[in-house]
Amino acid sequence: MSRSRSLEILVGSFMAAGFVALFFLAMQVSNLSSASTGEGYLVAARFDNIGSLKVRSPVTMAGVRVGRVHGIEYDSETYEAVVSLRIESRFDKIPDDSFAKIFTAGLLGEQYVGLDPGGSDLYLKEGDQISLTQPALVLEEIIGQFLFSKAQEGESK
Amino acid sequence: MLDALARLGRIGIGILGHIGRGHLLLLSILGGIPALFRRPRLLVDQIYAVGVLSMLIIAVSGTFVGMVLGLQGYYILSQFGAEQTLGVMVAASLVRELGPVVAALLFAGRAGSALTAEIGLMGATEQLSGLEMMAVNPVKRILAPRFLAGLISMPLLAAIFSALGVMGGYFVGVGLLGVDDGAFWSQMQAKIDLHEDVYNGVIKSLVFGLVCTWIALFQGYYATPTSEGVSRATTRTVVHSSLAVLGLDFILTALMFGD
Repeated sequence: MSRSRSLEILVGSFMAAGFVALFFLAMQVSNLSSASTGEGYLVAARFDNIGSLKVRSPVTMAGVRVGRVHGIEYDSETYEAVVSLRIESRFDKIPDDSFAKIFTAGLLGEQYVGLDPGGSDLYLKEGDQISLTQPALVLEEIIGQFLFSKAQEGESK
Repeated sequence: MLDALARLGRIGIGILGHIGRGHLLLLSILGGIPALFRRPRLLVDQIYAVGVLSMLIIAVSGTFVGMVLGLQGYYILSQFGAEQTLGVMVAASLVRELGPVVAALLFAGRAGSALTAEIGLMGATEQLSGLEMMAVNPVKRILAPRFLAGLISMPLLAAIFSALGVMGGYFVGVGLLGVDDGAFWSQMQAKIDLHEDVYNGVIKSLVFGLVCTWIALFQGYYATPTSEGVSRATTRTVVHSSLAVLGLDFILTALMFGD
């Protein structure tokens, strides 16, 4: 009897250890608490160039993540990229004239959408469109412009 | 010429027969599982043999794999000034790949070989036929509890492997090499996704558990009832399980993460 009981205890502690490990992976490693699971509202933003923005890239406001990029499509009539942003529903006081920009985190980091709040009294809601946008900075373009302006300076002298 | 063709045909038919018998065995094992809920005692014994006894090797290897990942990752990441992402690297590689795969390889070597040897020897000493004589279905009485035990134990073992690996990487990275404590965890939590990474890792380990246990039981049940046959079957279990795990891992990874 005592032998079978100790065996049961061992099996029980093995299974408990397994579940603790799973729990650890879920909570500590992947941070379940802040994992947004698809709830929130969608707003669209049109950019001339989105650089290397990807689906699931963060959307931040004042540096705090308020949502994620939900989808990226190309509008063949206006030649623009249409990015739909899923904002978590607890951030429901974002003015509808906010400014959406595409930034790069660090020199080699990933790209993300940064929102600058505007002054409107109306807030963004499901299906709205952000009209004020700034495209991603493409490094080659900036270097090209820089070289071009340098060359013009040299000519005018 | 015709002899060679005949030999090829014989090999082909043999392989097909193996596959067929394997699936029929799996089917009858699955049929035996509901009866287990009336006798959980059998299952507990097998979880002890398959899971608890494998835990030591899994725990030790998990910790050391994590520590090595911490060392090597730090060495490479520090060349780019990105030591802070060490936590992401350690956790992602463990949860996605190394946890399920290495745990399954160890599981095949530790538990799978034991299962094959045990059942093969039962066959060789005619215990299985004895059970049949007593109108006890050996598949239900012997194989089904072992199968379910493997299926339950494998994801738990893989989770223990990954968790201890992360702790090992933490110990080396933060404790010995001086990576910032907060950055290690916060970067990890920001980049590792519960669905994308953790759930997929669990699914992988479930599949590996099924395949490893299935192969072990099949080899044991159909082993030639001699000491040589049992030894061959045991070898085949380890080789086939390892190859199956590595091959399936590629397919599962392509299905889960490649879009």
